[in-house]
Amino acid sequence: MQTITQKLANPTRFMQLSGIVLPWIAGAAAAILCYGLFLVFAVAPIDYQQGETVKIMYIHVPSAWLAMMAYGLVALSSFGLLVFRHPLADVSAKAAVPIGAAFTFLALFTGSLWGKPMWGTYWVWDARLTSVLILFFLYLGLMALRSSLDDESTAAKLTAVLALVGVAILPIIKFSVDWWNTLHQPSTGLTSTIDPSMRIPLLIMALGFTLLFFAMHMKAMRNEVLRRRVKALRLSDIARRDGRTSQPTPAAG
Amino acid sequence: MKAFLSLLTRDLRLAARDGGALGTAFGFFLIVVALMPLGLGPDLNLLSRIAAGILWIALLLAALLSLGRIFETDHDDGTLEVLATGPLPLELVTTAKALAHWISTGIPLALLAPLLGILLNLELKAYPVLIATMLAGTPAVSFLGAIGAALTLKARRGGLLLALVVLPLYVPTLIFGIAAVSAAAGPDGLTASFLILSAISLAAVALGPWAAAAALRIQMQ
Repeated sequence: MQTITQKLANPTRFMQLSGIVLPWIAGAAAAILCYGLFLVFAVAPIDYQQGETVKIMYIHVPSAWLAMMAYGLVALSSFGLLVFRHPLADVSAKAAVPIGAAFTFLALFTGSLWGKPMWGTYWVWDARLTSVLILFFLYLGLMALRSSLDDESTAAKLTAVLALVGVAILPIIKFSVDWWNTLHQPSTGLTSTIDPSMRIPLLIMALGFTLLFFAMHMKAMRNEVLRRRVKALRLSDIARRDGRTSQPTPAAG
Repeated sequence: MKAFLSLLTRDLRLAARDGGALGTAFGFFLIVVALMPLGLGPDLNLLSRIAAGILWIALLLAALLSLGRIFETDHDDGTLEVLATGPLPLELVTTAKALAHWISTGIPLALLAPLLGILLNLELKAYPVLIATMLAGTPAVSFLGAIGAALTLKARRGGLLLALVVLPLYVPTLIFGIAAVSAAAGPDGLTASFLILSAISLAAVALGPWAAAAALRIQMQ
């Protein structure tokens, strides 16, 4: 009797299932993002202090949330690869790293644009900003380490070790605003301190971003599986052709 | 235990007799520190304020330069494979090698730092604090560095990659090392930052060898 994860870990079954699910997730992400953007720009009120710049929040907060969630997924997949040796876990980790790096960059970039009108500077070395920047470097390190090794299975496992070592950054980012007295505000926890007229668009945007992430992640995983299949086919083709030419043909013999 | 000690003394003896690598680290340390006033201008007040930060950064860079040595030479001549198949667990092998790196590089660099502090007009009363934080922080440098050295053992462009992999891991050490030095001058004293710095070091000593050994095992299958 297989568990659900074992069933899903079969690449063939994953390709079948994800082929069915992916259009729905992507469609839902597009619809929710459209609705969220409509709420943000047409319905949500502007802040009495921040003016229109408060709208940056609806991009910044979901990006920052995804930057961390993506690393969590990378770490979880790495754990799955090292402990359970699922080949699909590596596909998942490999696919999630560039997407996570992109969202981390987006969080830093939008935060910087928001910081200029609010704090008067594009960048400060406060604990939250610094720790997210380190997260970005970690993503870059993961990509660089993977690309510098020729053997794919060694690269996968070494990257997984680095991902697990780097997981210590996640609690530091999460609690940096509580541990240190920083310029970046502490998390509102999406509770009473943010008015429903802004909280609900923010939650919808966060949901849309999360679905967008999973759609892109699934698509990237599918591409990676296909890439590996093409590579395997090419290798077997070359092996077959080599085998034919190296054998003496009866006519020549 | 005997095998552990003999491996440790072997690595220390190699580091002592092959003076070139240690000399390079020292020279690099000196040059980075000497370049700073040239870039920042010879304002002694400014230099004395940022001296601790400059010394810490220079120490990290100098240590980084010597990290590749931890496993590379032993990997090149096959010693690492002998060690891996020997009776000593690979976790203890990595512990011994990282410890040897700390004794042969971390401690001398930490003791050399005050001497370079003179160049930066570092206040005299900051000297003991600086040495104490560096001695407490350099184990983290060696043991986290061992993870990076093990991960990039077979990588192309290993040296540059090692910097990209290891420097993000060094950031907490750097932050609390400098925080401890500057807190020592303030009213609160250095206790809090110093304790966190020691905690980082202890965590690195406890966990680093496992991660490094895992990385070596993956590459030697």
